[in-house]
Amino acid sequence: MEIIIYLIPVALCLGAAGLAAFIWSVNSGQYEDLDGASYRILEDEDKPL
Amino acid sequence: MSMMADPLERGCPSGLAPPTEDRASDFSAFVRETGREKALSLSVRGAKCGGCLSKIEGALQALPGVTAARMNLSTGATDVRWTGSLDPNRVAQTVRDLGYGVSARAEANDADLHKAEERKLLVAMGVAGFAAANIMLLSVSVWGGHGEMGEATRRGLHAISGLIALPAIIFSGRHFFSSAWSVLRKGKANMDVPISLAVILAFSVSVWATIKGAEHAYFDACVMLLFFLLIGRFLDARLRRRAYSAALDLASLQNRSVNRLSANGEVNAVRAAEVVAGDKLLLAAGERAVVDMTILDGASEIDESLVTGESLPRLASAGSTLFAGSVNLGAPLTGQALAGTEDSLLSDIARMMEAGEQRRSGYRKIADRAVSLYVPFVHTTAALAFLGWLMLGAGVEHAIMIAVTTLIITCPCALALAAPVAQVVASGRLFRKGVFLKSGDALERLSEIDHIVFDKTGTLTLGEPELMDVDSIPADILVMAASLARASRHPLSRALVAAAGPGHMAANVKEQPGLGLEAEIDGKICRLGSADWTGAPQDAAKGPVLWFTCGDDAPVRFDFRDTAQAGTRKTVETLQAKGYELEVLSGDREEAVAAVSRDVGINRWTASASPAVKVKRLEALRAEGHNVLMVGDGLNDAGALSLAHAALAPGTAMDISQSASDAVYSGGPEKVPFILETAKRAQNITRQNFGLAAIYNVIAVPIAVTGHVTPLVAAIAMSASSLIVTLNALRIEAGGRS
Repeated sequence: MEIIIYLIPVALCLGAAGLAAFIWSVNSGQYEDLDGASYRILEDEDKPL
Repeated sequence: MSMMADPLERGCPSGLAPPTEDRASDFSAFVRETGREKALSLSVRGAKCGGCLSKIEGALQALPGVTAARMNLSTGATDVRWTGSLDPNRVAQTVRDLGYGVSARAEANDADLHKAEERKLLVAMGVAGFAAANIMLLSVSVWGGHGEMGEATRRGLHAISGLIALPAIIFSGRHFFSSAWSVLRKGKANMDVPISLAVILAFSVSVWATIKGAEHAYFDACVMLLFFLLIGRFLDARLRRRAYSAALDLASLQNRSVNRLSANGEVNAVRAAEVVAGDKLLLAAGERAVVDMTILDGASEIDESLVTGESLPRLASAGSTLFAGSVNLGAPLTGQALAGTEDSLLSDIARMMEAGEQRRSGYRKIADRAVSLYVPFVHTTAALAFLGWLMLGAGVEHAIMIAVTTLIITCPCALALAAPVAQVVASGRLFRKGVFLKSGDALERLSEIDHIVFDKTGTLTLGEPELMDVDSIPADILVMAASLARASRHPLSRALVAAAGPGHMAANVKEQPGLGLEAEIDGKICRLGSADWTGAPQDAAKGPVLWFTCGDDAPVRFDFRDTAQAGTRKTVETLQAKGYELEVLSGDREEAVAAVSRDVGINRWTASASPAVKVKRLEALRAEGHNVLMVGDGLNDAGALSLAHAALAPGTAMDISQSASDAVYSGGPEKVPFILETAKRAQNITRQNFGLAAIYNVIAVPIAVTGHVTPLVAAIAMSASSLIVTLNALRIEAGGRS
């Protein structure tokens, strides 16, 4: 059972990394335009040859 | 989908574009310069799909010198940056040419405030969610290891839970704590008081239990409680911000420039807000007046349909007064401002709206009513549980524990989600049908409607006259008349052109304001216009008429009518069958209003109603105890719209009317029954949700008071009630398909 001494901190760190990524995404404005973002992926930025 | 039936050539393919006809202001007044780079913020209206996004950004990026062009599809805010000598008006014109409405974006500091608030809630929700998930992970092992787990291990897991919970509670709970504290200081209580109490007490009790090595700790319950509540708060904040950005659009409408004549005759573009009474202004053809003014020089026809509802233009010449919102259809005019923008009609109407909206905000939402019943109930139950157990001889510690579990389990997760989730689902359903809801409580007010007042021009009708009996007019006459008409902006000329179809324009067409057009075709002088102008006999013709004559030929008559939109009669019948009382309230002439009302089957109508009369009628209906829905599009409706119990505006409506209404719909009046039905359904579901929350409490409270709530029971009860309420709200959507 000693393994949980390592596993719990590891699990928490992974979770915290996810949380940090979420906070970063909120603060960098990625939830500002939910309608637009879904269409942007369909946009072709490359010009046809 | 019905929207697809008539694709527009320009603008948003979904048909939502309100292409505005007015030649807008000089955008160079709104450019910001930082070093070599120039930037312009635009407010684009009518872009609602991905095609619009790439079209607009692509066209802007193709302009010379543009370094960045980015549009926010949700709000329409578009930022353009460029270097070099690009004319800012060309930037705006590029967007306008694609068929979208465009104006300089109003600067507002509060917008950032709303955004920051929403972000804060979202981050708080994320933190609470993270903590809840991790603590639950540990709690499950505690519950699973019940009876087998050693005391030291259990205490260790509880301690880790507590260490996760403490920062999460401080961070995510601060919204609730500060709100509860501020009302407590005033000697009142809101929903946040029992929430804060439950979280803080449960946390303290759990810390105590951990230290003592007791079996139950409630860390998971307090964090989960915060998580569910924050979901509700966040949804609510998002709906409110959407409403706020609609109000910003209203500010953008006034964010125009004006051509001001200086003393030495020079023309300068200045911001509308800088105009003061006495300024000399130049109003070009197609431009909309932003302040009330007296005309000094020139004569032209003025479209006042958005100001008064009158569907035909009127002739204005030196000495007459022009109200803000009127559009100059013909020759350029010089005028003197009677007042600054602050004191003009537009601002008067904006003030009227503010007054109405304040009254509307006094409306008590069903959620607020539920809370006011709920808060004392929770406190009393918890206090009674504490006293009861104390009197029965339980120790203080045990009695506190029971009281705290009662607080936790009765805490209003389901209650906090009941209304916002239903509103989000209902507004999503409306959105897909081209209806934009602007406030959450609008659904509630829409569901209480019993009386509907329609504006005529632009709401029941298209707001554009239509040529009648096209087939009985000789084709060559129609072609000739249209070749003259193409030179004019007059609505009757346009209707004639629309009926004639594509063709050429006659050379050297002269327009005589108030009379008509003249040109030479095949050596003959041809005239199109009023009876006087063409030498036609004066008769008592009802409705708008044009005459056309060439050389010595007898004048030919064209009759026009502003007809009701297709399907309006059916819509009216549907609404009447559902028991709504209908009436028409229009600023247009009596015969026009009577004809349309008769066509669509509405018996009660009022014509020549000024904005003040409309407001008065709305007041009277309110006094009779009616909950009135106002549907209108013009500037003259804005006051009435904001005063009504609920208000709708078509997508073609003037911006100010869109701002004054609760929802904006694309398409015709057939959307009205759909909106009302969805609102009713949403309201029913919300009531059911409150009912479910109440039933939940009826079951949970006895369990809690008798001391049977373990952390496991609390976790199941809380998530189950939230889930049931959310799933029930989804039925709003499902019910619509059957």
